Amino acid sequence: MNAIEVNNLTKEFGKFTAVDNVNFNVKQGEIFGFLGANGAGKSTTIRMLIGILEPTSGDALVSGYSIKNQSDLVKKNIGYMSQKFSLYNDLTVVENIRFFAGIYGLDGKKYEERKKWVLKVANLENMENVMTSSLPGGIKQRLALGTAVIHEPKIVFLDEPTSGVDPISRRNFWDLINELSEGGTTILVTTHYLDEAEFCNDIILINAGKLIAQGNAKALKTNYIKNPILEIESDRVVDSLEILEKEKWVGETSIFGNYIHVILNDSTINEQHIYQLLQEKNGIAVKRVKKITPTLEDVFIHLIEKDSKKNVQ
Amino acid sequence: MKTIFQFIIKELLQVKRDKKMLVVIFMAPILQLIFLGYAANMDVNVIHTTIYDQDKTETSRDFIKRFEQSGYFKLDYYVDNYDEVTDLLNEGKTLVAIIIPKDFEKKINRRETAPLQTLFEGSDGNKASIALGYIQGIATKFSQGIVAETKDKLGMKISLSGSLIPEVRVWYNPEMKTRNYMVPGILGLILMISTISLMSMAVVREREIGTLEQLIVTPIKNYQLILGKLIPFTLIGFVVLIIVMVIMTQWFGIVVRGNKLFLLFTALLFVLSNLGIGLFISTVSKTQQQAMMASVFAVMMPMIYLSGFAFPIENMPQAVQYITYIIPLKYFIVILRGIVLKGIGFSSLWVETLILFGMGVTLLVFSSLRFSKKIE
Repeated sequence: MNAIEVNNLTKEFGKFTAVDNVNFNVKQGEIFGFLGANGAGKSTTIRMLIGILEPTSGDALVSGYSIKNQSDLVKKNIGYMSQKFSLYNDLTVVENIRFFAGIYGLDGKKYEERKKWVLKVANLENMENVMTSSLPGGIKQRLALGTAVIHEPKIVFLDEPTSGVDPISRRNFWDLINELSEGGTTILVTTHYLDEAEFCNDIILINAGKLIAQGNAKALKTNYIKNPILEIESDRVVDSLEILEKEKWVGETSIFGNYIHVILNDSTINEQHIYQLLQEKNGIAVKRVKKITPTLEDVFIHLIEKDSKKNVQ
Repeated sequence: MKTIFQFIIKELLQVKRDKKMLVVIFMAPILQLIFLGYAANMDVNVIHTTIYDQDKTETSRDFIKRFEQSGYFKLDYYVDNYDEVTDLLNEGKTLVAIIIPKDFEKKINRRETAPLQTLFEGSDGNKASIALGYIQGIATKFSQGIVAETKDKLGMKISLSGSLIPEVRVWYNPEMKTRNYMVPGILGLILMISTISLMSMAVVREREIGTLEQLIVTPIKNYQLILGKLIPFTLIGFVVLIIVMVIMTQWFGIVVRGNKLFLLFTALLFVLSNLGIGLFISTVSKTQQQAMMASVFAVMMPMIYLSGFAFPIENMPQAVQYITYIIPLKYFIVILRGIVLKGIGFSSLWVETLILFGMGVTLLVFSSLRFSKKIE
């Protein structure tokens, strides 16, 4: 059964189409990654799914309820956490928990039980009277997530939950997401971090409001780039790049620190050609050339560039 | 109901922790009341006076004594030439200069008209005209005395009948103190400032920090959200009102002649309008700063000037007078002055009360609809 079914969802702001006829399904209990550049339409889609924005056309079923005319029922069954820290800084930890629990109608024993759980996952046991503003970023983030799911929703929407959080806190945060997922909660998460995308059961990528790729990480890597990819490590990265880009057999290039990734148009080209071109013709010391399977980053850059070129034409 | 209750607790906790807001809500009104209570004083109690007596006779001295006895004039300077008179007036050290000409006594004895020169530092026209009134009063009485005395000497028994003497009794504010008139108005002013700023800031702040979005995603209903804000701020408004009323009665000794419960009831109606205005401001402002600017310059200042708090509405041009009809503070000030000074109630103030009620409901409903539409 699908937790979320999105059908031809479209949102226009005046003449600008932010979300363009998007379709996808999210299975019950999975972690669903929603990727795309800034302004690609991720947040707009999420905001329609949680009932803040009304779609221009199309519809979606969230937990079986239409976002168009059953948004009250949708709201009862979801939790939401945005990139903005969404708790009250001028309330203490427990005051925040009590307030949101109160809004969701939790009281008595249930409240005590959930309060304990939130304090535990946020690592704030015995610190419930601390002012929220004084908590470190990572803890705040976990407290925000704990509070967002205090009513044990079936589906949780996380809109760039880890932006601006340090790597260790990010890792801890993902542990919590996995814990929720194991408990049967469906999670839809948007992110910029492609290492986070690897944790997702399913991924979609949108660009300029359109869905351009879909599948799990493995499928994306194998299905979307057929051509071989070479990873080149050389002395002069920028010079090497310039030289490579002049060659006909070079498709797309991208720099990753000291490395260059080259997608080849011509599968007869091999490592030897690169050494010849850079080292022998141009005198650039090449340390290493290796055929690799594409990373998610390669796939996304490839797909987005392809899509953007198409849009220009 | 529980949801709204949680909301009220949350709002009160937030206000309690917001030191800046606490100052705005509680300290500012108290200071405002005390300062305005003393500063908004247009009474003329002391008229600084300069005397240039060229005559220096018994009659002139007698005349001067009348000024001293009146209690209003303080005879600060006695001078001997015009230059000094001019200097004192220029420097603003004296409000009035009374110049008694050389043959003052002689002319009176000869039963001729004796001119009396009075010079005013008239930059405050209001004050000068009040002083003029007092001087004319003294001069009239003095000349009546002369007439009676003269006739008496001639053996004519006359009474001063035939002349007109108004029997003056000032109602509601017998000492004619500006303060008694102003302070009840300040009450309305303070209630307006605290409730409008609380409401406009609270909603915008939630939008700014992102909690409003979080709230919209919860199953909370719009009316619960709005009531959750209205109720705590109304409560705070009333606490402020009561503090200010205590200061008014205990410190300034202005007693509420009318029904205090009726006063509180009309205050509630007035608060509804303000919260409606505050909510409206919050729907048109993106940041707290914008909200503060809009509240102060676009809403509160014009309302204060046009409410009749300081400047009488009857004196405004007709077009401006029409604008004043839409200002809730105008009606509340009429009610406040009515209850506090005149002790009148609903039977005399029902028009203003109904208008306030209508405005409160309209503004709140309008702003709530706008607010709901805005967050969807």
